[in-house]
Amino acid sequence: MKEKMELLKKELKEKLESVSDLKTLNELKTTYLGKKGPIGELSSMMGSLSIEEKKNFGKALNDLKTEVTALLEDVRVSLEEKELNRKLESEKIDVTLPSTKVRVGGVHPITRVIEEVEDLFISMGYDVVEGPEVEEDLYNFEKLNLPKGHPARDSQDSFYITNELLLRTQTSAVQARTMEANKEKGPIRMICPGKTYRRDNDDATHSHQFHQIEGLVVDENVSLADLKGTLEVFAKKMFGETREVRFRPSFFPFTEPSIEVDVSCFKCGGEGCSLCKGTGWIEILGSGMVHPNVLRDCGYDPEKYTGFAFGIGPERVAMLKYGINDIRNFYTDDLRFLNDFNRTEGGK
Amino acid sequence: MKLSRNFVSDYVDLSKIDTKTLAEKMVFAGNEYEEISKISPASGLVVGKVLECEMHPESTKLHICKIDLGDSIKQIICGAPNIEKGQKVIVARVGAKLPGGEIKKAKLAGMESEGMVCSLAELGLDSKYVTEEDKKGIHVLEEDAEVGSDALAYLGLDDEYIDFELTSNRADLMSVLGMAYEIGAILNEKVKTPKVQLKETKENICDSYKLSVQTKKCPIYLGKLVHNVTIKESPKWMKERLMASGMRPINNVVDISNYVMLEYGQPLHFFDADKLGNHVIVRNAKEKETLQTLDTQERVLDKNDIVIANEEGPVCLAGVMGGMNTEVEMDTKNIFIEAAIFDSYSIRTTSKKILKSEASIRYEKGIDPNRTKLAIERAAYLLQEYAGGTVTKGILTHDEADHKEKVISITLEKINQVLGMEISKKDVKDIFTRLGFQVDMKGTEFIVTVPTRRLDISIKEDLIEEVGRIYGYDHVKGHLPLLNVKRGGRSEIANYVLELKHRLASLGLTEVITYSLGTKEESNSFTHFESEDITLLEPLSEDKKVMRKSLIPSLLKVFEYNLARKNKDVFIYEAGSIYYKKEGKVKEEKKISGLLYGTYLTNDWKKEKLDVDFYLVKGILENVFHYMGFTNRYEWKENTIIKELHPGRSVQILVDGKVVGYMGQVHPNISKKEVYVFELSVEELMNHSVRMLKFKEVPKYPSIQKDLAFVMKKDMTSKTVMDILKHVGGKMLNSIDVFDVYVGENVKEDEKSIAYSLTFQDPTRTLTDEEVMVTFKKMIEEVEKKTSARVRDK
Repeated sequence: MKEKMELLKKELKEKLESVSDLKTLNELKTTYLGKKGPIGELSSMMGSLSIEEKKNFGKALNDLKTEVTALLEDVRVSLEEKELNRKLESEKIDVTLPSTKVRVGGVHPITRVIEEVEDLFISMGYDVVEGPEVEEDLYNFEKLNLPKGHPARDSQDSFYITNELLLRTQTSAVQARTMEANKEKGPIRMICPGKTYRRDNDDATHSHQFHQIEGLVVDENVSLADLKGTLEVFAKKMFGETREVRFRPSFFPFTEPSIEVDVSCFKCGGEGCSLCKGTGWIEILGSGMVHPNVLRDCGYDPEKYTGFAFGIGPERVAMLKYGINDIRNFYTDDLRFLNDFNRTEGGK
Repeated sequence: MKLSRNFVSDYVDLSKIDTKTLAEKMVFAGNEYEEISKISPASGLVVGKVLECEMHPESTKLHICKIDLGDSIKQIICGAPNIEKGQKVIVARVGAKLPGGEIKKAKLAGMESEGMVCSLAELGLDSKYVTEEDKKGIHVLEEDAEVGSDALAYLGLDDEYIDFELTSNRADLMSVLGMAYEIGAILNEKVKTPKVQLKETKENICDSYKLSVQTKKCPIYLGKLVHNVTIKESPKWMKERLMASGMRPINNVVDISNYVMLEYGQPLHFFDADKLGNHVIVRNAKEKETLQTLDTQERVLDKNDIVIANEEGPVCLAGVMGGMNTEVEMDTKNIFIEAAIFDSYSIRTTSKKILKSEASIRYEKGIDPNRTKLAIERAAYLLQEYAGGTVTKGILTHDEADHKEKVISITLEKINQVLGMEISKKDVKDIFTRLGFQVDMKGTEFIVTVPTRRLDISIKEDLIEEVGRIYGYDHVKGHLPLLNVKRGGRSEIANYVLELKHRLASLGLTEVITYSLGTKEESNSFTHFESEDITLLEPLSEDKKVMRKSLIPSLLKVFEYNLARKNKDVFIYEAGSIYYKKEGKVKEEKKISGLLYGTYLTNDWKKEKLDVDFYLVKGILENVFHYMGFTNRYEWKENTIIKELHPGRSVQILVDGKVVGYMGQVHPNISKKEVYVFELSVEELMNHSVRMLKFKEVPKYPSIQKDLAFVMKKDMTSKTVMDILKHVGGKMLNSIDVFDVYVGENVKEDEKSIAYSLTFQDPTRTLTDEEVMVTFKKMIEEVEKKTSARVRDK
């Protein structure tokens, strides 16, 4: 009996070696494990055995079944694997062929700068405020210590609509509006980004339409040192952590003292290069302490409150930051130009 | 303002500082400069004496000269027609650098030449400084020029100047004296004042002249007489300083008038006293009155202009330009000097109309009332010294100006509080003193008396700035302000626009920014409401004249621009305002608009691409609407309003039944290309509130799917059927979609078949097929009852 069983296994092993598909394997399985198969035949011989023999024979038969099943299973697994590999092989594609092009959009470089500046100042508790572009002479000039006939108005040739109405030449107009609206509430911390207009012919460095971001802080005991500290944070965020800020005296009618702000050159690090014209410094914005006349005209007591204001030019920042040499690029909107800005700077 | 180093050195000692360092120090006191330069940039020039001068045997032009250069005698070939033996001339030695290049040893017509005899033009002098005579040949020096010495130094042409770009408040720096005070404060040097030593006659001008000032616009008018002047060339030093200051020397009398103006910042006018007469009137011009000004032009005046007149009529346009009828000419003997102050606003208006001159610029900025008299006396003195004039005693005077000096008090504490510095009391006092301000102390307060030349200083803060800029802002140590902690943020509308912009960007559209100004036609296209234009009073050009009422025309321009540059797919959007007037009031509204053209998705080798069509734009907008919280709240209605859109391929967009914008293909009359645009009103969108996000159970009961197709007339809309299906389906109908639109075989020519796929679901229980069938049959009945559509067999 034992020999018979060994023979059966040997015979199965031989057969399995030549099995190359699941169908044949399944037939073999039915043949061997089915009721009429050789194992079934063997088990039918059980009836003629003694109890003791039955016990031994049953165990041997079970072992045989398990062994046969395992042999068949091994082959099944290996066959299925082969099958899958064949399928994968047949499905292989040329991954080097070009992709399906999915459109990439993005925001304008000016928007990019504005949003970056907004986020920075919001993190320091500033509100982002907006104001009208068609503005009253009152807010654009008069309340900013620029009465009619003031010679400093000459430097801001304006697009007038009526004698009292013009396209704002500076977002500083929003300063006056914000102070006036806020005078009962006290301290102010705000920035105001937006479009501004001047009666200039467009060339590489002038644009009749451009943007400004006005900043204003009004509180008790605000000083030039506070202004400098604030602008240092701005310069480092926009132009790099190692930047320094330098103050030069200047004149703006709505600030006193007035300050022109330079940032250490981010191209040469301050050693002097073509970008900074050898000086190591680049002029980036105008600022100063809010003129007491402005505070007073907008309802703030200059004896109690002081404040600082600054005006950032997003075009100028973008031109410096990205190395753009013609301001008109921002308004001709060539998509090849714009699409260069359709990406992040890696979390910076 | 061009500041001559030689000129200002008369009044403040610059011997310890070079010009570049001085200019840099001025920058950090608030005075920027454009350039540092010299009248002549040449070097290596000496005074030479022509010892021999003979014509070249083979040339009709060239001279062979032997010239003594002090240390040697050189042979120089010279082509100038006016060179002669015995002349002293300017010689560029071998190695000298001229604007035209370096001088080298050369052979001219076979003869050795070691240097070049120069004309003034060859020294790089601006042509306005070169006389006609000098343009013809070499410049001949006077006898006193020392052979071998530096020729530029002899001519005074080695003077350096700094071209300052002054801030508009510093009127005082429009004078050499003002500059001297500023430099004195920075360098801590004392300032000297110009010399005046008059030898006057006994008779007094006031005895023979009458002055009538009939206008409020002339607070000071002074007149002085100088007799018997001789008009000739100015002394070299004066010509040189004028040139370094950017002014052309003319003759001694004109030059003196300019020289004193540069010195004091006080414009002067010289009249030919014999033509002027002895009654001087200052008055407002009469309407349409005329005057021929010194540039020979006939000027028509108006009542805003101020004139100087005699009894016959105007003789001078005050502060701007003199009149021909009283001009100082070569044969003028007697001079009436005017030194006056006129209303700056009035001069500004007149000069804008007529001419901006050195005088008018100074009047516009303001004049120190205490310099008028000093200036007129200085001019008389210079006429006495350099034009041989005799000065008449006295000054014809009208003076209503305030000559008092301002007194401002300020505490040390306030100064340091605003500057954020810790400057000592001694340093502050020192700074005021250096600036020439008088300081008295009253307790902790500085009582500062500010000289009248500093018109820009009137309040405490002005003094703080003076201290800050002289002490140096580099001493400010920056720190962040200690303010109350508070939350910052954008306004709701700004956040809204930001969301829209970024959504469109992630859908593959690129943001553009365009001009708000356009032509009248552009500004009035793609809009539909009653409004007035906002038009500029003085536009720069016709194409930038009216504020836009839609962003679409600008987007179309960007589209054309890019197409012309072979950017074949244009997917752009802009967020910006539109502007108009309604019932006299200015309105600004925020819009977000887009333009789509070309291929949205593409893979060439797979021959797959998705071109923009109406339905793609619709899908992009639906994506945006869903994102903004308007799922199931928007609809598309036929567009009958925007004429610039294709009537069969455009819609108005509604949210909760209210119009928020439009979308469609641009009318073929406007663009031959199949280009789509949309414009949404941000304010209108924001009017519709959006619920806060809330968790909703994902449905756990199975849904039942049914398909249904209707045959209908081609001009019937799918929406008509869908609305009925939705209505009948009620809550049970979870979603509805179109899965096929068919025309062709088995459907009549004027008909189409639309197949809908319906999903039924109840979130609370499992629906039975029977109840769904009831509704389903009802749907068919209703559609067939209410429309001409028929359910399609199969």
